[in-house]
Amino acid sequence: MGTLKAQERNIVIPGEILAEGMDYLPGENTYREQENIYSKVLGLVTLVGRVIKITPLSGPYVLKIGDKIIAQVTDITMNGWRVSTNTAYTAMLNVKDATTRFVKKEEDLSKILAIGDYVVVRIVNVTSQNLIDVIMKEPGLHKISGGRIISLNSQKVPRLIGKQGSMISLIKERTGCEITVGQNGLVWLKGTPEGEYLAEQAVHLVEEKAHLEGLTVRMEKFLSTGVKA
Amino acid sequence: MVYKQRLDGRKDDELRPIEAKAGVIPNATGSASFKIGKTWALAAVYGPRELFPKFLQNPKEGVLRCHYGMMPFSGSGERVRPGSNRRAQEIAMVIGKALEPVVDLSAFPNSVVDVYIDLPQTDAGTRCAGLSAASMALADAGIPMKDMVSSVAVGKVDNRIVADLDYREEHIEEFNPESEGASVSDIPVAVIHNTGEVVLLQMDGKISKIELVTALRLAQKVTEKIYLEQKRALLERFPRE
Repeated sequence: MGTLKAQERNIVIPGEILAEGMDYLPGENTYREQENIYSKVLGLVTLVGRVIKITPLSGPYVLKIGDKIIAQVTDITMNGWRVSTNTAYTAMLNVKDATTRFVKKEEDLSKILAIGDYVVVRIVNVTSQNLIDVIMKEPGLHKISGGRIISLNSQKVPRLIGKQGSMISLIKERTGCEITVGQNGLVWLKGTPEGEYLAEQAVHLVEEKAHLEGLTVRMEKFLSTGVKA
Repeated sequence: MVYKQRLDGRKDDELRPIEAKAGVIPNATGSASFKIGKTWALAAVYGPRELFPKFLQNPKEGVLRCHYGMMPFSGSGERVRPGSNRRAQEIAMVIGKALEPVVDLSAFPNSVVDVYIDLPQTDAGTRCAGLSAASMALADAGIPMKDMVSSVAVGKVDNRIVADLDYREEHIEEFNPESEGASVSDIPVAVIHNTGEVVLLQMDGKISKIELVTALRLAQKVTEKIYLEQKRALLERFPRE
């Protein structure tokens, strides 16, 4: 009979034993050595049926097909743009995936996107070597103008969005900002200067308190009183 | 001519007071501070990030790059010249080799994870403190790791097998008039916590086979204490109000 060695929602460090015996299955960020399951990162223990996985509390963004990210144009090539993704890897944005209008062969691509511009894009392909293709031709994907870009740890993005977007819509509503969250941890805020400042503080609050429960309650308190609890 | 009592009054298996803290450098991806007695190591981890020059890239897995440096004012004697030197390069290499077995960078081909270890104050045992700090900083950075690495020096001072030698014990002849002609051997050891595998083992001085075995047993015992401190510090990073 297998035994669970770590409790759900407990914080564990790499190498900590999670379960003994074959009754449990190793999920994300864990590994099995002989009969035992160990943690591979610093994070929270999550149990899904018999599968034990670790929700990381820190760490790099792992590229995933279908993710919406915020990226910055770093170079212009023959047939598109190279964008940096806030990871160790850059992505390619092809002209035909960037705009719906016809782009002439000799056209200056910097007129469409210049170096340094930020864009909201979707990842459509990632290879084993982490070569990335992104597109900007869907609703909700666009070039960014105005506002400010801030970053938080990408592992905390789900907390910033909340269940069914509850957290992010709360922040949007109270600060009057337009907010776009990239899965890679870059966040675009646009609104009044005061609103943007408040929203930025709210994002920092999520980053600090992401491991705690009742984050929405804390956020509501912060947005109404301005005090971080 | 025997070393009756340790110069600072510790027991043979007693470590200097340890103070460990994770997340001390906000700009780094992960960081840690590890103090043991007067020795103080800071470790900062950056990455995974793009690796240049490109020929250093490894398309199969990410590269772990270590840097070690004593700060100019860190010692008790002469000013340490800043920048790399032969000794710093060697220590950076052995620390890197000690971390390689636990760190898993297979998900980050062609990238690099940089580990910077700096010592604001030194009193022997710097590579061990640096390695313990680096292991914490990597965990704090969220880099996938099989296990933690805990490190401490053991050794023989005159006739005694002791743990965690400080600078005065390493130079016992200078500091203890009774120990004239005494021999000292200093053995930095690092182990992987779960398996007890040794990932760092160096030695300065002479020791007999039996004494070495005794010293390594002692090392297995005292690195556990280091591990508990590392674990406590990492968990403290996320306070449960």
